[in-house]
Amino acid sequence: MTEHAAPTPSAPVDPKLELMANLLKDIFAPFEPEMGYAIDEVSLTISPKDIVAACKLAKENEELKFDYLRCLSVVDYEEHFQVVYHLYSMKKHHKMVLKVNLPKDNPRVSSVVSVWKGADWHEREGAELFGVTFEEHPNLAPLLLYEGFEGYPMLKSYPLGPYEDGS
Amino acid sequence: MKMEAEKRFDTVDMMLNMGPQHPSTHGVFRMVLTIDGEKIVAVEPHIGYLHRGTEKLCEGEYYLQIVSLFDRLDYISSFNNELAFVIAVEKLMGIQVPERAEYIRVIMCELNRIASHLMFYAAFGADAGAITPFLYAFREREQIQSVFEAVSGARMMHNYFRVGGVIEDLPPDFGDRMNKLIPKLKQGIQECDDLLTGNEIFIARAKGVGAISAADAIDFGMSGPNLRACGVLEDIRRSEPYSVYPTLDFDIPAGQNGDCWDRYMVRMEEMRQSLRIVEQAIAEMPQGPVIAPQVRKIVKVPKGEVYVRVENPRGDFGVYLISQGGDKPYRVKIRGASFCNLMTLKKLLQQCYVADCVVVLGSLDIVLGEVDR
Repeated sequence: MTEHAAPTPSAPVDPKLELMANLLKDIFAPFEPEMGYAIDEVSLTISPKDIVAACKLAKENEELKFDYLRCLSVVDYEEHFQVVYHLYSMKKHHKMVLKVNLPKDNPRVSSVVSVWKGADWHEREGAELFGVTFEEHPNLAPLLLYEGFEGYPMLKSYPLGPYEDGS
Repeated sequence: MKMEAEKRFDTVDMMLNMGPQHPSTHGVFRMVLTIDGEKIVAVEPHIGYLHRGTEKLCEGEYYLQIVSLFDRLDYISSFNNELAFVIAVEKLMGIQVPERAEYIRVIMCELNRIASHLMFYAAFGADAGAITPFLYAFREREQIQSVFEAVSGARMMHNYFRVGGVIEDLPPDFGDRMNKLIPKLKQGIQECDDLLTGNEIFIARAKGVGAISAADAIDFGMSGPNLRACGVLEDIRRSEPYSVYPTLDFDIPAGQNGDCWDRYMVRMEEMRQSLRIVEQAIAEMPQGPVIAPQVRKIVKVPKGEVYVRVENPRGDFGVYLISQGGDKPYRVKIRGASFCNLMTLKKLLQQCYVADCVVVLGSLDIVLGEVDR
Protein backbone atom coordinates (compact mmCIF):
# COMPACT_ATOMS: atom_id res chain seq x y z
CA MET A 1 0.00 0.00 0.00
CA THR A 2 1.39 3.40 -0.92
CA GLU A 3 1.29 6.37 1.41
CA HIS A 4 -1.85 7.94 0.00
CA ALA A 5 -4.02 4.88 -0.48
CA ALA A 6 -7.52 4.72 0.95
CA PRO A 7 -7.36 4.22 4.74
CA THR A 8 -9.77 1.33 5.26
CA PRO A 9 -8.71 -1.16 7.92
CA SER A 10 -9.71 -4.72 7.11
CA ALA A 11 -10.87 -5.71 10.60
CA PRO A 12 -13.85 -4.23 12.47
CA VAL A 13 -12.85 -1.66 15.09
CA ASP A 14 -15.98 -2.29 17.13
CA PRO A 15 -17.21 -5.90 17.60
CA LYS A 16 -20.84 -4.70 17.37
CA LEU A 17 -20.21 -3.82 13.77
CA GLU A 18 -19.67 -7.44 12.84
CA LEU A 19 -23.39 -8.16 12.86
CA MET A 20 -24.06 -5.38 10.37
CA ALA A 21 -21.03 -6.43 8.34
CA ASN A 22 -22.28 -10.01 8.03
CA LEU A 23 -25.75 -8.85 7.01
CA LEU A 24 -24.34 -6.56 4.34
CA LYS A 25 -21.93 -9.22 3.14
CA ASP A 26 -24.84 -11.61 2.52
CA ILE A 27 -27.09 -9.11 0.79
CA PHE A 28 -24.40 -7.59 -1.40
CA ALA A 29 -22.75 -10.94 -2.20
CA PRO A 30 -23.62 -10.76 -5.95
CA PHE A 31 -21.49 -7.59 -6.23
CA GLU A 32 -18.44 -9.22 -4.60
CA PRO A 33 -17.77 -6.35 -2.22
CA GLU A 34 -14.50 -5.62 -0.49
CA MET A 35 -15.30 -5.03 3.18
CA GLY A 36 -13.84 -2.12 5.14
CA TYR A 37 -14.48 -0.32 8.40
CA ALA A 38 -14.49 3.34 9.37
CA ILE A 39 -14.64 3.79 13.18
CA ASP A 40 -18.37 3.18 13.62
CA GLU A 41 -19.63 1.98 10.26
CA VAL A 42 -19.14 -0.67 7.64
CA SER A 43 -17.99 0.24 4.15
CA LEU A 44 -18.32 -1.84 1.00
CA THR A 45 -16.17 -1.20 -2.05
CA ILE A 46 -17.77 -2.46 -5.24
CA SER A 47 -17.19 -2.24 -8.95
CA PRO A 48 -18.30 1.08 -10.55
CA LYS A 49 -20.47 -0.72 -13.12
CA ASP A 50 -22.68 -2.11 -10.33
CA ILE A 51 -23.27 1.13 -8.45
CA VAL A 52 -26.84 1.86 -9.56
CA ALA A 53 -27.94 -1.74 -9.00
CA ALA A 54 -26.27 -1.82 -5.59
CA CYS A 55 -27.86 1.49 -4.55
CA LYS A 56 -31.28 0.29 -5.68
CA LEU A 57 -30.80 -2.88 -3.66
CA ALA A 58 -29.71 -0.87 -0.60
CA LYS A 59 -32.78 1.31 -0.87
CA GLU A 60 -35.36 -1.37 -1.60
CA ASN A 61 -34.18 -4.38 0.42
CA GLU A 62 -36.59 -4.98 3.32
CA GLU A 63 -33.80 -5.48 5.83
CA LEU A 64 -31.81 -2.44 4.76
CA LYS A 65 -34.20 0.32 3.58
CA PHE A 66 -31.48 2.92 3.06
CA ASP A 67 -33.86 5.70 2.05
CA TYR A 68 -31.65 8.66 2.91
CA LEU A 69 -28.40 9.66 1.22
CA ARG A 70 -26.39 11.31 3.98
CA CYS A 71 -23.57 12.44 1.76
CA LEU A 72 -21.91 11.80 -1.57
CA SER A 73 -18.24 12.69 -1.74
CA VAL A 74 -15.43 12.37 -4.25
CA VAL A 75 -11.91 11.80 -2.94
CA ASP A 76 -8.74 12.18 -5.00
CA TYR A 77 -6.35 9.43 -3.89
CA GLU A 78 -2.94 8.98 -5.38
CA GLU A 79 -3.86 5.92 -7.44
CA HIS A 80 -7.53 6.42 -8.12
CA PHE A 81 -10.62 8.51 -7.49
CA GLN A 82 -13.07 7.27 -4.95
CA VAL A 83 -16.76 8.13 -4.88
CA VAL A 84 -18.18 7.57 -1.40
CA TYR A 85 -21.90 7.16 -0.70
CA HIS A 86 -22.86 7.56 2.96
CA LEU A 87 -26.27 5.99 3.46
CA TYR A 88 -28.72 6.04 6.33
CA SER A 89 -32.10 4.47 6.96
CA MET A 90 -34.78 6.64 8.55
CA LYS A 91 -36.88 3.55 9.21
CA LYS A 92 -34.25 1.19 10.61
CA HIS A 93 -31.85 3.80 12.02
CA HIS A 94 -28.73 2.13 10.71
CA LYS A 95 -26.02 3.24 8.35
CA MET A 96 -23.46 2.06 5.83
CA VAL A 97 -20.96 3.32 3.31
CA LEU A 98 -20.68 2.33 -0.36
CA LYS A 99 -17.51 3.10 -2.27
CA VAL A 100 -16.40 2.81 -5.87
CA ASN A 101 -12.89 3.34 -7.20
CA LEU A 102 -12.49 5.09 -10.55
CA PRO A 103 -9.38 5.27 -12.72
CA LYS A 104 -7.43 8.54 -12.80
CA ASP A 105 -7.81 8.96 -16.54
CA ASN A 106 -11.40 9.37 -17.66
CA PRO A 107 -13.22 8.78 -14.35
CA ARG A 108 -16.84 7.81 -15.11
CA VAL A 109 -19.60 6.37 -13.00
CA SER A 110 -23.37 6.18 -13.40
CA SER A 111 -25.44 8.79 -11.62
CA VAL A 112 -27.62 7.69 -8.69
CA VAL A 113 -30.12 10.56 -9.05
CA SER A 114 -32.62 7.92 -10.21
CA VAL A 115 -32.31 6.27 -6.77
CA TRP A 116 -32.09 9.32 -4.49
CA LYS A 117 -33.00 12.73 -5.92
CA GLY A 118 -30.78 14.26 -3.25
CA ALA A 119 -27.70 13.07 -5.14
CA ASP A 120 -28.27 15.78 -7.75
CA TRP A 121 -26.15 18.67 -6.45
CA HIS A 122 -23.56 16.45 -4.80
CA GLU A 123 -22.81 14.89 -8.18
CA ARG A 124 -22.75 18.24 -9.94
CA GLU A 125 -20.26 19.42 -7.34
CA GLY A 126 -18.12 16.31 -7.80
CA ALA A 127 -18.13 16.78 -11.57
CA GLU A 128 -17.20 20.43 -11.32
CA LEU A 129 -14.51 20.25 -8.64
CA PHE A 130 -12.95 16.85 -9.49
CA GLY A 131 -13.80 16.22 -13.13
CA VAL A 132 -15.64 12.98 -12.45
CA THR A 133 -18.37 12.35 -15.04
CA PHE A 134 -21.64 11.12 -13.60
CA GLU A 135 -23.32 9.44 -16.55
CA GLU A 136 -27.06 9.80 -17.13
CA HIS A 137 -27.23 12.73 -14.72
CA PRO A 138 -30.19 14.92 -15.80
CA ASN A 139 -28.17 18.15 -15.79
CA LEU A 140 -24.49 17.99 -14.97
CA ALA A 141 -23.99 21.76 -15.29
CA PRO A 142 -21.39 23.61 -13.17
CA LEU A 143 -22.72 24.57 -9.76
CA LEU A 144 -20.34 26.50 -7.52
CA LEU A 145 -17.49 28.07 -9.48
CA TYR A 146 -17.73 31.22 -11.54
CA GLU A 147 -18.39 31.04 -15.26
CA GLY A 148 -15.33 30.31 -17.33
CA PHE A 149 -13.29 28.77 -14.49
CA GLU A 150 -10.80 26.30 -15.89
CA GLY A 151 -9.47 23.20 -14.17
CA TYR A 152 -10.62 21.08 -11.27
CA PRO A 153 -9.65 22.89 -8.06
CA MET A 154 -10.18 20.03 -5.60
CA LEU A 155 -7.59 17.79 -7.27
CA LYS A 156 -4.43 17.27 -5.25
CA SER A 157 -2.46 18.40 -8.31
CA TYR A 158 -4.19 21.80 -8.26
CA PRO A 159 -2.12 24.27 -6.20
CA LEU A 160 -3.67 25.53 -3.00
CA GLY A 161 -2.68 29.14 -3.62
CA PRO A 162 -0.46 31.68 -1.91
CA TYR A 163 -0.09 29.51 1.15
CA GLU A 164 2.05 27.00 -0.72
CA ASP A 165 3.68 28.74 -3.65
CA GLY A 166 4.64 31.81 -1.61
CA SER A 167 3.29 34.38 -4.11
CA MET B 1 -60.49 30.68 -38.49
CA LYS B 2 -60.60 28.60 -35.34
CA MET B 3 -56.91 27.90 -35.64
CA GLU B 4 -56.19 31.59 -35.78
CA ALA B 5 -58.23 32.28 -32.65
CA GLU B 6 -56.28 29.61 -30.80
CA LYS B 7 -53.06 31.10 -31.97
CA ARG B 8 -54.06 34.52 -30.77
CA PHE B 9 -54.65 33.25 -27.22
CA ASP B 10 -51.51 31.16 -27.08
CA THR B 11 -49.63 31.94 -23.88
CA VAL B 12 -45.90 31.96 -23.59
CA ASP B 13 -44.07 31.04 -20.39
CA MET B 14 -42.15 33.96 -19.02
CA MET B 15 -38.69 33.86 -17.47
CA LEU B 16 -38.36 35.85 -14.28
CA ASN B 17 -34.97 36.41 -12.71
CA MET B 18 -34.67 36.84 -8.93
CA GLY B 19 -31.37 37.79 -7.40
CA PRO B 20 -28.47 37.45 -6.98
CA GLN B 21 -28.99 40.39 -4.65
CA HIS B 22 -32.69 40.30 -4.02
CA PRO B 23 -33.23 41.23 -0.35
CA SER B 24 -35.42 38.20 0.33
CA THR B 25 -32.87 35.64 -0.80
CA HIS B 26 -31.06 35.61 2.56
CA GLY B 27 -27.66 36.20 1.01
CA VAL B 28 -26.38 36.14 -2.51
CA PHE B 29 -28.61 33.62 -4.22
CA ARG B 30 -30.25 33.70 -7.61
CA MET B 31 -33.17 31.78 -8.98
CA VAL B 32 -34.64 31.84 -12.44
CA LEU B 33 -38.37 31.23 -12.41
CA THR B 34 -40.37 30.10 -15.40
CA ILE B 35 -43.88 31.39 -14.86
CA ASP B 36 -47.19 30.85 -16.55
CA GLY B 37 -49.25 33.83 -15.47
CA GLU B 38 -49.05 33.81 -11.69
CA LYS B 39 -48.06 30.15 -11.42
CA ILE B 40 -44.49 28.94 -11.22
CA VAL B 41 -43.83 26.17 -13.76
CA ALA B 42 -40.15 25.57 -13.12
CA VAL B 43 -37.32 27.03 -11.09
CA GLU B 44 -33.58 26.89 -11.59
CA PRO B 45 -31.57 27.86 -8.49
CA HIS B 46 -28.08 29.30 -9.04
CA ILE B 47 -25.67 29.06 -6.13
CA GLY B 48 -21.96 29.53 -5.63
CA TYR B 49 -21.72 33.30 -5.17
CA LEU B 50 -20.19 32.77 -1.74
CA HIS B 51 -18.00 29.81 -2.66
CA ARG B 52 -14.67 30.15 -0.86
CA GLY B 53 -13.37 26.65 -1.41
CA THR B 54 -13.50 25.83 2.30
CA GLU B 55 -12.90 22.12 1.64
CA LYS B 56 -9.74 22.88 -0.30
CA LEU B 57 -8.58 25.40 2.31
CA CYS B 58 -9.00 22.74 5.02
CA GLU B 59 -6.43 20.56 3.27
CA GLY B 60 -3.78 23.22 3.77
CA GLU B 61 -4.44 24.16 7.40
CA TYR B 62 -3.64 22.63 10.77
CA TYR B 63 -6.53 20.99 12.59
CA LEU B 64 -6.59 23.84 15.10
CA GLN B 65 -6.96 26.42 12.35
CA ILE B 66 -9.77 24.58 10.59
CA VAL B 67 -12.16 25.24 13.48
CA SER B 68 -12.19 28.91 12.47
CA LEU B 69 -13.03 27.97 8.87
CA PHE B 70 -16.05 26.02 10.10
CA ASP B 71 -17.32 29.14 11.91
CA ARG B 72 -17.68 30.75 8.53
CA LEU B 73 -19.87 28.09 6.95
CA ASP B 74 -23.19 28.54 8.68
CA TYR B 75 -22.35 31.83 10.35
CA ILE B 76 -25.67 31.99 12.18
CA SER B 77 -24.90 28.82 14.13
CA SER B 78 -21.12 28.70 14.35
CA PHE B 79 -20.96 26.64 17.55
CA ASN B 80 -22.82 23.74 15.98
CA ASN B 81 -20.47 23.67 12.99
CA GLU B 82 -17.40 23.72 15.22
CA LEU B 83 -18.85 20.84 17.19
CA ALA B 84 -19.19 18.61 14.12
CA PHE B 85 -15.55 19.10 13.19
CA VAL B 86 -14.06 18.67 16.65
CA ILE B 87 -16.11 15.50 17.22
CA ALA B 88 -14.80 14.09 13.94
CA VAL B 89 -11.18 14.72 14.98
CA GLU B 90 -11.79 13.37 18.48
CA LYS B 91 -13.30 10.18 17.08
CA LEU B 92 -10.28 9.57 14.88
CA MET B 93 -7.89 10.27 17.74
CA GLY B 94 -9.97 8.37 20.30
CA ILE B 95 -10.02 11.30 22.74
CA GLN B 96 -12.34 11.29 25.74
CA VAL B 97 -13.63 14.84 26.29
CA PRO B 98 -13.98 15.99 29.94
CA GLU B 99 -17.58 16.05 31.07
CA ARG B 100 -17.64 19.74 31.92
CA ALA B 101 -16.51 20.58 28.39
CA GLU B 102 -19.32 18.44 26.94
CA TYR B 103 -21.88 20.35 29.00
CA ILE B 104 -20.42 23.71 28.01
CA ARG B 105 -20.60 22.64 24.37
CA VAL B 106 -24.24 21.60 24.67
CA ILE B 107 -25.21 24.84 26.42
CA MET B 108 -23.52 26.90 23.72
CA CYS B 109 -25.00 24.85 20.88
CA GLU B 110 -28.52 25.07 22.25
CA LEU B 111 -28.27 28.82 22.89
CA ASN B 112 -27.01 29.03 19.35
CA ARG B 113 -30.05 27.10 18.16
CA ILE B 114 -32.34 29.62 19.85
CA ALA B 115 -30.42 32.55 18.36
CA SER B 116 -30.58 30.90 14.95
CA HIS B 117 -34.31 30.18 15.13
CA LEU B 118 -34.91 33.76 16.27
CA MET B 119 -33.10 34.86 13.14
CA PHE B 120 -35.41 32.59 11.14
CA TYR B 121 -38.43 34.07 12.89
CA ALA B 122 -37.22 37.59 12.13
CA ALA B 123 -36.56 36.95 8.47
CA PHE B 124 -39.62 34.80 7.92
CA GLY B 125 -41.88 37.48 9.35
CA ALA B 126 -40.29 40.01 7.03
CA ASP B 127 -40.66 37.64 4.08
CA ALA B 128 -44.37 37.35 4.80
CA GLY B 129 -44.69 41.14 5.01
CA ALA B 130 -44.42 41.80 8.75
CA ILE B 131 -41.54 44.02 9.84
CA THR B 132 -42.18 44.24 13.60
CA PRO B 133 -41.21 40.59 14.36
CA PHE B 134 -37.75 41.42 13.05
CA LEU B 135 -37.27 43.98 15.82
CA TYR B 136 -38.64 41.70 18.53
CA ALA B 137 -36.45 38.78 17.53
CA PHE B 138 -33.29 40.85 17.30
CA ARG B 139 -33.92 42.28 20.75
CA GLU B 140 -33.92 38.73 22.16
CA ARG B 141 -31.07 37.50 19.99
CA GLU B 142 -28.88 40.36 21.16
CA GLN B 143 -29.00 39.06 24.74
CA ILE B 144 -27.74 35.67 23.60
CA GLN B 145 -25.04 37.27 21.48
CA SER B 146 -23.70 39.13 24.52
CA VAL B 147 -23.46 35.85 26.43
CA PHE B 148 -21.50 34.42 23.50
CA GLU B 149 -19.22 37.42 23.63
CA ALA B 150 -18.64 36.98 27.36
CA VAL B 151 -17.84 33.29 26.91
CA SER B 152 -15.81 33.18 23.70
CA GLY B 153 -14.77 36.79 23.18
CA ALA B 154 -16.65 37.11 19.91
CA ARG B 155 -20.27 37.75 19.02
CA MET B 156 -19.94 35.67 15.88
CA MET B 157 -17.16 33.40 14.52
CA HIS B 158 -16.46 32.24 18.07
CA ASN B 159 -13.58 29.80 17.50
CA TYR B 160 -14.25 28.50 21.02
CA PHE B 161 -14.32 24.71 20.69
CA ARG B 162 -11.04 22.82 20.57
CA VAL B 163 -10.17 19.25 19.79
CA GLY B 164 -10.59 17.65 23.22
CA GLY B 165 -12.77 20.32 24.83
CA VAL B 166 -13.12 24.09 24.79
CA ILE B 167 -10.40 26.75 24.89
CA GLU B 168 -11.20 28.06 28.38
CA ASP B 169 -13.73 27.74 31.16
CA LEU B 170 -16.88 29.82 31.39
CA PRO B 171 -16.54 33.30 32.91
CA PRO B 172 -17.21 33.46 36.69
CA ASP B 173 -20.46 35.39 36.30
CA PHE B 174 -21.89 32.94 33.76
CA GLY B 175 -24.36 31.40 36.25
CA ASP B 176 -25.75 34.80 37.24
CA ARG B 177 -26.05 35.86 33.63
CA MET B 178 -27.96 32.72 32.73
CA ASN B 179 -30.25 33.02 35.72
CA LYS B 180 -31.27 36.43 34.41
CA LEU B 181 -31.27 35.45 30.74
CA ILE B 182 -33.44 32.32 30.80
CA PRO B 183 -36.64 33.89 32.23
CA LYS B 184 -36.15 36.86 29.92
CA LEU B 185 -35.78 34.60 26.90
CA LYS B 186 -38.83 32.58 27.89
CA GLN B 187 -40.87 35.73 28.05
CA GLY B 188 -39.30 37.04 24.86
CA ILE B 189 -40.10 33.90 22.88
CA GLN B 190 -43.66 34.02 24.18
CA GLU B 191 -43.95 37.65 23.06
CA CYS B 192 -42.67 36.73 19.61
CA ASP B 193 -45.17 33.89 19.51
CA ASP B 194 -48.04 36.17 20.51
CA LEU B 195 -47.06 38.77 17.97
CA LEU B 196 -46.99 36.66 14.82
CA THR B 197 -48.40 33.17 15.29
CA GLY B 198 -52.07 34.06 15.58
CA ASN B 199 -51.98 36.76 12.92
CA GLU B 200 -54.64 36.06 10.33
CA ILE B 201 -52.68 37.45 7.40
CA PHE B 202 -49.59 35.47 8.41
CA ILE B 203 -51.59 32.26 8.71
CA ALA B 204 -53.07 32.83 5.27
CA ARG B 205 -49.60 33.37 3.82
CA ALA B 206 -48.07 30.27 5.42
CA LYS B 207 -50.71 27.57 5.83
CA GLY B 208 -50.90 25.08 2.99
CA VAL B 209 -48.14 26.88 1.07
CA GLY B 210 -45.10 25.00 -0.24
CA ALA B 211 -46.02 21.58 1.12
CA ILE B 212 -43.86 18.49 0.58
CA SER B 213 -44.55 14.88 1.52
CA ALA B 214 -42.33 13.01 3.98
CA ALA B 215 -41.22 10.49 1.33
CA ASP B 216 -40.18 13.23 -1.09
CA ALA B 217 -38.41 15.17 1.63
CA ILE B 218 -36.31 12.14 2.63
CA ASP B 219 -35.57 11.37 -1.02
CA PHE B 220 -34.23 14.90 -1.53
CA GLY B 221 -32.10 14.65 1.61
CA MET B 222 -34.08 17.25 3.54
CA SER B 223 -33.33 17.34 7.24
CA GLY B 224 -33.78 19.23 10.48
CA PRO B 225 -36.92 21.24 11.27
CA ASN B 226 -37.89 21.14 7.59
CA LEU B 227 -38.07 17.35 7.65
CA ARG B 228 -39.72 17.19 11.05
CA ALA B 229 -42.42 19.53 9.71
CA CYS B 230 -43.42 16.64 7.40
CA GLY B 231 -44.07 14.47 10.45
CA VAL B 232 -40.80 12.53 10.46
CA LEU B 233 -39.48 12.26 14.02
CA GLU B 234 -35.83 12.32 13.02
CA ASP B 235 -33.39 14.22 15.20
CA ILE B 236 -29.72 13.27 15.24
CA ARG B 237 -29.51 14.26 18.91
CA ARG B 238 -31.75 11.23 19.47
CA SER B 239 -31.11 8.81 16.59
CA GLU B 240 -27.29 9.05 16.58
CA PRO B 241 -26.66 10.77 19.90
CA TYR B 242 -23.42 12.64 20.51
CA SER B 243 -21.98 14.62 23.42
CA VAL B 244 -24.23 14.45 26.54
CA TYR B 245 -27.59 14.57 24.74
CA PRO B 246 -28.60 11.05 25.85
CA THR B 247 -28.71 12.24 29.48
CA LEU B 248 -30.89 15.25 28.72
CA ASP B 249 -34.64 15.28 28.55
CA PHE B 250 -36.31 17.06 25.64
CA ASP B 251 -39.11 16.55 23.14
CA ILE B 252 -38.86 16.52 19.37
CA PRO B 253 -41.61 18.68 17.91
CA ALA B 254 -43.03 17.63 14.56
CA GLY B 255 -45.62 18.90 12.12
CA GLN B 256 -48.03 17.06 9.84
CA ASN B 257 -48.37 18.69 6.47
CA GLY B 258 -44.82 19.79 5.69
CA ASP B 259 -45.93 23.26 4.65
CA CYS B 260 -44.48 26.67 5.56
CA TRP B 261 -46.74 26.90 8.58
CA ASP B 262 -45.50 23.59 10.04
CA ARG B 263 -41.88 24.55 9.41
CA TYR B 264 -42.52 27.75 11.36
CA MET B 265 -44.34 26.03 14.23
CA VAL B 266 -41.67 23.33 14.63
CA ARG B 267 -39.00 25.98 15.07
CA MET B 268 -41.05 27.97 17.58
CA GLU B 269 -41.42 24.86 19.73
CA GLU B 270 -37.77 23.89 19.29
CA MET B 271 -36.70 27.15 20.90
CA ARG B 272 -38.61 26.21 24.04
CA GLN B 273 -37.11 22.72 24.02
CA SER B 274 -33.63 24.18 23.65
CA LEU B 275 -34.24 26.36 26.70
CA ARG B 276 -35.22 23.21 28.58
CA ILE B 277 -31.95 21.59 27.57
CA VAL B 278 -29.95 24.65 28.62
CA GLU B 279 -31.63 24.70 32.04
CA GLN B 280 -30.90 21.01 32.65
CA ALA B 281 -27.34 21.27 31.39
CA ILE B 282 -26.56 24.19 33.70
CA ALA B 283 -28.01 22.31 36.65
CA GLU B 284 -26.11 19.10 35.89
CA MET B 285 -22.80 20.60 34.78
CA PRO B 286 -19.95 19.25 36.94
CA GLN B 287 -16.76 21.06 37.91
CA GLY B 288 -13.46 19.96 36.44
CA PRO B 289 -11.11 20.45 33.51
CA VAL B 290 -12.46 21.73 30.19
CA ILE B 291 -9.91 20.22 27.82
CA ALA B 292 -8.45 16.74 27.57
CA PRO B 293 -4.86 16.69 28.89
CA GLN B 294 -3.33 14.71 26.03
CA VAL B 295 -4.13 17.32 23.36
CA ARG B 296 -1.01 19.08 22.12
CA LYS B 297 -0.79 22.46 20.40
CA ILE B 298 -0.20 20.79 17.02
CA VAL B 299 -2.85 18.10 16.75
CA LYS B 300 -1.69 14.99 14.90
CA VAL B 301 -4.40 12.63 13.77
CA PRO B 302 -3.78 8.94 13.03
CA LYS B 303 -4.67 7.43 9.68
CA GLY B 304 -8.35 6.73 9.18
CA GLU B 305 -11.67 8.12 8.06
CA VAL B 306 -14.86 9.06 9.85
CA TYR B 307 -18.21 10.57 9.01
CA VAL B 308 -19.80 12.62 11.77
CA ARG B 309 -23.12 14.40 11.68
CA VAL B 310 -24.71 16.70 14.21
CA GLU B 311 -28.13 18.28 14.48
CA ASN B 312 -27.46 21.80 13.36
CA PRO B 313 -30.34 24.33 13.71
CA ARG B 314 -30.81 23.82 9.97
CA GLY B 315 -30.60 20.05 10.02
CA ASP B 316 -28.14 17.31 9.32
CA PHE B 317 -24.66 18.84 9.19
CA GLY B 318 -22.06 16.24 8.21
CA VAL B 319 -18.28 16.17 8.09
CA TYR B 320 -16.41 13.45 6.23
CA LEU B 321 -12.85 13.59 7.49
CA ILE B 322 -10.03 11.54 5.99
CA SER B 323 -6.63 11.58 7.61
CA GLN B 324 -3.45 10.02 6.26
CA GLY B 325 -1.66 10.81 9.50
CA GLY B 326 0.06 14.10 10.18
CA ASP B 327 -1.08 17.55 11.20
CA LYS B 328 -3.32 18.36 8.23
CA PRO B 329 -6.33 16.44 6.93
CA TYR B 330 -6.21 14.67 3.56
CA ARG B 331 -9.79 15.47 2.66
CA VAL B 332 -12.66 17.23 4.39
CA LYS B 333 -16.08 16.96 2.79
CA ILE B 334 -18.73 19.19 4.29
CA ARG B 335 -22.36 18.22 3.92
CA GLY B 336 -24.25 21.42 4.55
CA ALA B 337 -27.79 21.08 5.81
CA SER B 338 -28.88 24.15 3.86
CA PHE B 339 -27.24 22.78 0.71
CA CYS B 340 -29.52 19.73 0.73
CA ASN B 341 -32.58 21.61 1.96
CA LEU B 342 -32.21 24.09 -0.87
CA MET B 343 -32.23 21.25 -3.39
CA THR B 344 -35.91 20.68 -2.58
CA LEU B 345 -36.77 24.19 -3.75
CA LYS B 346 -37.40 22.87 -7.26
CA LYS B 347 -40.07 20.56 -5.93
CA LEU B 348 -41.52 23.01 -3.39
CA LEU B 349 -42.04 25.85 -5.83
CA GLN B 350 -43.76 23.84 -8.55
CA GLN B 351 -47.34 25.05 -8.98
CA CYS B 352 -46.79 27.77 -6.35
CA TYR B 353 -47.77 31.36 -6.98
CA VAL B 354 -45.01 33.86 -7.67
CA ALA B 355 -46.06 35.80 -4.58
CA ASP B 356 -45.42 32.73 -2.42
CA CYS B 357 -41.92 31.94 -3.60
CA VAL B 358 -40.33 34.36 -1.14
CA VAL B 359 -42.26 32.83 1.75
CA VAL B 360 -41.32 29.29 0.70
CA LEU B 361 -37.64 30.18 0.41
CA GLY B 362 -37.77 31.92 3.78
CA SER B 363 -39.40 28.92 5.40
CA LEU B 364 -36.43 26.71 4.45
CA ASP B 365 -34.15 28.92 6.55
CA ILE B 366 -31.03 28.63 4.41
CA VAL B 367 -27.66 30.21 5.09
CA LEU B 368 -25.70 30.72 1.90
CA GLY B 369 -22.36 30.44 3.67
CA GLU B 370 -23.12 26.78 4.19
CA VAL B 371 -24.70 26.21 0.78
CA ASP B 372 -21.73 27.56 -1.16
CA ARG B 373 -18.96 26.64 1.29
